Amino acid sequence: MNQFPKIQTVGLNGILISFADTMSEPANRAALSFRAAIDAADWPEVSETSTSLVSTFLQVDLVTQPLDAMLTRLHDLLDTQDWYTAPLPSGRTLWHIPTVYGTDLAPQLEEAAGLAGLDPDAAISQLSQARVRVLTIGFAPGQPYMGELPENWDIPRQQALTKSVPAGALIVAIRQLIIFTNASPTGWRHIGQTAFKTFRPHSDSPFSLSPGDELCFPSVSRSAFDTIVATDTSGAGGAETEVLS
Amino acid sequence: MTTTLTIVQAGPALTIQDRGRAGWLAQGLTKGGAADLVALYEGAALLGQSPDLAAIEMTGTGGTFTADADIRIALTGASMAANIDGEAIVWNASHLLPAGARLTIGGATTGTYGYLHIGGGITTEPLLGARASHLSAGLGAALKSGERLPVGADKGRGTGMQLPRDTRFDGGVVRVVASMQTDRFTAEERDRFTATQFARDPRANRMGVRMDHDGAGFHAEGGLTILSEVIVPGDIQITGDGAPFVLMGESQTTGGYPRIGTVIPRDLPRVAQAPAGTKITFEFVTLEQAILLETQHRRDIKALPGQLTALIRDPATIKNLLSYQLVGGMTSATDNPFEKDT
Repeated sequence: MNQFPKIQTVGLNGILISFADTMSEPANRAALSFRAAIDAADWPEVSETSTSLVSTFLQVDLVTQPLDAMLTRLHDLLDTQDWYTAPLPSGRTLWHIPTVYGTDLAPQLEEAAGLAGLDPDAAISQLSQARVRVLTIGFAPGQPYMGELPENWDIPRQQALTKSVPAGALIVAIRQLIIFTNASPTGWRHIGQTAFKTFRPHSDSPFSLSPGDELCFPSVSRSAFDTIVATDTSGAGGAETEVLS
Repeated sequence: MTTTLTIVQAGPALTIQDRGRAGWLAQGLTKGGAADLVALYEGAALLGQSPDLAAIEMTGTGGTFTADADIRIALTGASMAANIDGEAIVWNASHLLPAGARLTIGGATTGTYGYLHIGGGITTEPLLGARASHLSAGLGAALKSGERLPVGADKGRGTGMQLPRDTRFDGGVVRVVASMQTDRFTAEERDRFTATQFARDPRANRMGVRMDHDGAGFHAEGGLTILSEVIVPGDIQITGDGAPFVLMGESQTTGGYPRIGTVIPRDLPRVAQAPAGTKITFEFVTLEQAILLETQHRRDIKALPGQLTALIRDPATIKNLLSYQLVGGMTSATDNPFEKDT
């Protein structure tokens, strides 16, 4: 018998609905779509929702809210459709974020391209044409885990950590990309650099990205990038957006 | 005119804290807030004001403070040696800090996190819905010497009240419920976990508290293949070296280490406050038991104002007796600041 979707309590803080125990596109889709359905249902017991790669979390005060009643309603909602093939929530944003690949700004492009079986130019071409989705946000505020890249990008993390890559770095491993929120050590490889700020705490919209948003990273020249850095005050890093219906 | 509290000299780890900022989990930001929430409620009860007001959290040691107007203060959490212009004052109590007087707070004698509450609260500009510093997210910063903080209008009256101390500063038994990955640990491994006496490791902060023990580390089956999953405060993750790590309010929102259980909310201050080396053991309780324990705890928090007693002072030791307000302005036991909170 298929053990998923699986419902579990999380401390006294809430309920987790897991759609798989490994990352896959359908399970991530299920988590995003189920969260959107919970948000739309607007149950008063649910104070907050979030998603991880393949699960949806409902913050519920289990001290005061009867669990059995919640579980019944969750099962009923789960039974309404096949969440693994559900359409993704509407109103998401498609982002085009200018990116410098390689150069001294992103020194591991060549190494990563080699692991993906490509020469650097072919790698830049493939990466700047790829369209990825925010699978989840975590580790640092607003920091997206995006995927999935074509299978040749199923490259491992490095054994040793890079001491520090800067904010805005585009890094890659296991068919996923991350844009770093803050300068940080990492085991992922630094292949591109953006001027995009994922977390702008003093702005009206402090978190740039939402789970389910889609992104492209078109290649730009070093001089075009320098112009963006010199003129951008918003933190958008020259990004253009369109709404996905 | 706004009252200003000046930090004449800041200890190394002072931050502004309140009950934290909820609502941003999906965006990668945990709630944060005071490491010892009970202390926030105690400060609110002592000053007869809302527990939503911001206070100063002091890790290990305090600092020297002065205000440009008379203010009411309360001191809660880890006991620290404190005096006003050289005259010792009692911890877990409320006091008047006269304009221009110097409040000096030294090192902790029990516990880890002490709190300085001000009548009217600290009223710095909220950021994302709260005033709490969240250092790991880059929100706010440790307070520095010379910094001046705005104080809100104080609607309460009266000082010289105290609350009894509880035992949360002494380590001991910490209750845990099973969580998402508890069944990844064998029954033998879970039994060994609850039979082990831990000591709080010096490596501890507002993100998490590491637990030391003698003997082999703890391990989940397939521990390294677990997908990154949501974290809630109190989750006990088992890191690569097999040591338990209790995750606190300022942790990351998700993590890939397996979690053997979750500390129930009422026992989290016990983990936070245990000084380095303090003995701690973990005990599993059922979800039903945890709900009962937590319900009782919330009742106790609401009843805190009823626990207030007047500080007894020996008039012979009071140099400036006439400056003390001896009777007026007692905090009303019927006007419960927590009632609105439900």
